[in-house]
Amino acid sequence: MSGLMKGKRGLIMGLANDKSLAWGIAKQLREHGAELAFTYQGEALAKRVRPLAEQLGSDFTFECDVSTMDALDDAFATLRARWDTIDFVVHAIGFSDKTELRGKYVDTSLDNFLLTMNISAYSLVAVAKRAAEMMPNGGAILTLTYYGAEKVIPHYNVMGVAKAALETSVKYLANDLGPRNIRVNAISAGPIKTLAASGIGDFRYILKWNEYNSPLRRNVTIEDVGGSGLYFLSDLSSGVTGETHHVDAGYHVVGMKQEDAPDIALDQG
Amino acid sequence: MSDTADRVQKIVVEHLGVEADKVTQEASFIDDLGADSLDIVELVMAFEEEFGVEIPDDAAEKIATVGDATKYIEEHKG
Repeated sequence: MSGLMKGKRGLIMGLANDKSLAWGIAKQLREHGAELAFTYQGEALAKRVRPLAEQLGSDFTFECDVSTMDALDDAFATLRARWDTIDFVVHAIGFSDKTELRGKYVDTSLDNFLLTMNISAYSLVAVAKRAAEMMPNGGAILTLTYYGAEKVIPHYNVMGVAKAALETSVKYLANDLGPRNIRVNAISAGPIKTLAASGIGDFRYILKWNEYNSPLRRNVTIEDVGGSGLYFLSDLSSGVTGETHHVDAGYHVVGMKQEDAPDIALDQG
Repeated sequence: MSDTADRVQKIVVEHLGVEADKVTQEASFIDDLGADSLDIVELVMAFEEEFGVEIPDDAAEKIATVGDATKYIEEHKG
């Protein structure tokens, strides 16, 4: 075990289960010596997060509903009551009404547009503001995004628009917080079957397509994302901020279907 | 019990942390085994992985009991 994160402590927001990208990141942070705190939303997630936190040597878990600023203030007060300062935050949070993660973007309702933007994009801004107050010696903030922010992916719809806002927020936050040596970056992960992804229509097709058409000819794993997360949250990436970094087996450079990729039909999954 | 039923039972026992003898084919995930809505999504994901089947949302919504899951998997696995 090497100690890239030795002496560093931080907050993991948005862990759901052992398939979560946040879990892939948290595991590697812990292996490298980080001390971790975890937030969850609601009792259903609490009972999942607590045993996972325990596996990583942490009993510091608490509720945080990022959609209301009072609840966010309370969560950071809880964090500060135990830790004066933190070194990093992992923001792995997004939400949309899943009935709008299929069909057409043009049918997006105003209510769900605002809800999706609030939880999936604005929450990073609100978290960064509060986290920065606890980072007097600088720090690193990492969020998770997806290629659907850059190009149209079927069914991703309003979440793609929210992820575009998130990625642009990363740039503006990086600029605002840079003078305080706080770095803000995003990992744009290829599709991985997680609880969050289960809400996206025809997700299995998206997985197959990426497997056949990415340069590495495979899908990425939460371990791939964890390794890159470790880089962004440790001093290895001390000169990097405002970046959206693709951990997608190279899929984002591909312009058309690979010649060796078989045709796949939706019903074959 | 069929091989499928055995494997379904094993997944349910592991995931929900319940006694194997409670996981009968008639048992309701929510009413009898204490599952919540996230457990259902996770169980469906686990079944898909174990059996290589796809269980779309509209089918998943109709799966209430262990027997419903076993039946769907037996009818759809490759």
